[in-house]
Amino acid sequence: MTDLTSLTIAELRDGFRAGSFSARDIATSFNAAVAAAKALNAYTVETPDDALAAADTADSARQRDELMPLSGIPLGIKDLFATAGTDTTAGSNILKGFKPPYESTVTGNLRRGGAGMLGKLNMDEFAMGSSNETSAYGPVISPWKRSDGGNAALTPGGSSGGSAAAVAAGIAPGVTGTDTGGSIRQPAAFTGISGIKPTYGRCSRWGIVSFASSLDQAGPMARTVRDCAIMLEAMAGFDPKDSTSLDLPVPNWEAGLSSNLKGKRVGIPKEYRIDGVPEEINALWDRGIEWLRDAGAEPVEISLPHTKYALPTYYIIAPAEASSNLARYDGVRYGIREAGEGGLEGMYAATRAAGFGAEVKRRIMIGTYVLSAGFYDAYFNKAQRVRALIKRDFREAFEHCDLILTPTAPSAAFGIGEKMSDPLAMYLNDVFAVPASLAGLPAMSVPGGLDAQGLPLGLHLIGNELDEQGVLNAGLAIEERAGFSARPEKWW
Amino acid sequence: MSVDTATVRHIARLARLEMSDAEVEATVPELNNILGWVEQLAEVNTDGVEPLTAVIDQKLRLRDDVINDGNVRDAVLLNAPDAQHGFFAVPKVIE
Repeated sequence: MTDLTSLTIAELRDGFRAGSFSARDIATSFNAAVAAAKALNAYTVETPDDALAAADTADSARQRDELMPLSGIPLGIKDLFATAGTDTTAGSNILKGFKPPYESTVTGNLRRGGAGMLGKLNMDEFAMGSSNETSAYGPVISPWKRSDGGNAALTPGGSSGGSAAAVAAGIAPGVTGTDTGGSIRQPAAFTGISGIKPTYGRCSRWGIVSFASSLDQAGPMARTVRDCAIMLEAMAGFDPKDSTSLDLPVPNWEAGLSSNLKGKRVGIPKEYRIDGVPEEINALWDRGIEWLRDAGAEPVEISLPHTKYALPTYYIIAPAEASSNLARYDGVRYGIREAGEGGLEGMYAATRAAGFGAEVKRRIMIGTYVLSAGFYDAYFNKAQRVRALIKRDFREAFEHCDLILTPTAPSAAFGIGEKMSDPLAMYLNDVFAVPASLAGLPAMSVPGGLDAQGLPLGLHLIGNELDEQGVLNAGLAIEERAGFSARPEKWW
Repeated sequence: MSVDTATVRHIARLARLEMSDAEVEATVPELNNILGWVEQLAEVNTDGVEPLTAVIDQKLRLRDDVINDGNVRDAVLLNAPDAQHGFFAVPKVIE
């Protein structure tokens, strides 16, 4: 029989429906692959029984002809999503042992759509990081290796690094990710898979551990653009429990897929030609422009004049929101507790000192500083004004184009430990991803090719508000033309 | 603007983060490095620009002021490091 772990979600779904294999066969294959891939450190918790139970439900639903869109599909879930009765730690020691009595809206939607859960996926602590090295569970190791004969352990990117590694290694056909400043797109690019962050508000944030509430958005990561469309349809939707959730119907993105881009104008922002970005990245970008032209689109040069200020803006706003959101971890209601000295306040301070890792503390400190008396206007309010200008740049650009194409990240995956000593160098990884996050726009990374060392590189599509369909369609056009079929050689 | 050890201690106190002297010392240059970098925003002219408040324009909804769950005390206390008699237990605040 075919190795089921090599199939896409669409192939698994269609094969299961046609009776070529059972849902139990699918779950069993993936459970075994997960159990054999511990060297990747991608899963923090494995839930094979959950996957099998959902598979048995799917198998009996098939007999009764009552199938749901994701019946028979087991998924990996980023550890940022609350899963009822299963450890949810956001990759942090402070939430060690936390078992939510409730289910996040997004994972609840996936379950109602028929999906099972293979386990919880490792991630940067509280989604703060671009390499997975800040996780309390230790870094995820990318399934990819450089072709130089060396055996360096590479990062899968972050913060959805476990999610990206799982799809690339074939230990989940699809996974959830979250994206605050590129946390779906950068790891997707590093591991040669696809991932989309929808418009802010498309997916409910209820039950997702908060990092920066005005930026956080859930999205799918999978092997293909079609698989992303299938998953996003099941994840998205209005939720009265999230006041920022958009009260709009969910489009039929899979049915709407078309790689014919005739009449579309693709904006190429001149400010994204950044000094110091390797020539291979710019060469891939040029190939991407030609692929979209081949699909019928017309490339046009656009200007996003405040691009340069997006990263510093992000590194004020995200820590500010994080410092407020993370105030809830105080040792009273959940997670660990350290007694400390000095009564209740001492307990708070000792608990937080013991529970948070270095990067999280760094961001809490920055966030507290920029919100503190005397600095609020100079930093936080100033950043929100620049953010308004960044948003306006995009609004004006979309008067001249339908989509925007850029590279996803300024490099291919780097080695574990290579950038840990310099926070600013690490932050620069998200230079292409952050502006779309600040503007709340849908954006996607699709694999475009390999660099000279045999590592994947991604192309990045940004759409106008609510135009996930346009993003997916352009992604499909690139996918068809790039013919990216490289897979990491199995070493784990 | 640049921070010194006294500022770092003050911020750590506001953030309820216990820090050793060594950690305070190490944090000073880190914060200064990052704050120095974000200060480039000062060169952007934002006169007359309203700070962004909603990334996607929409009205905040109001919901009916009704209880739609409740009686979930055990679930609420389920993960507490210390729960006693149906309450969260914390160190004594009032002598």
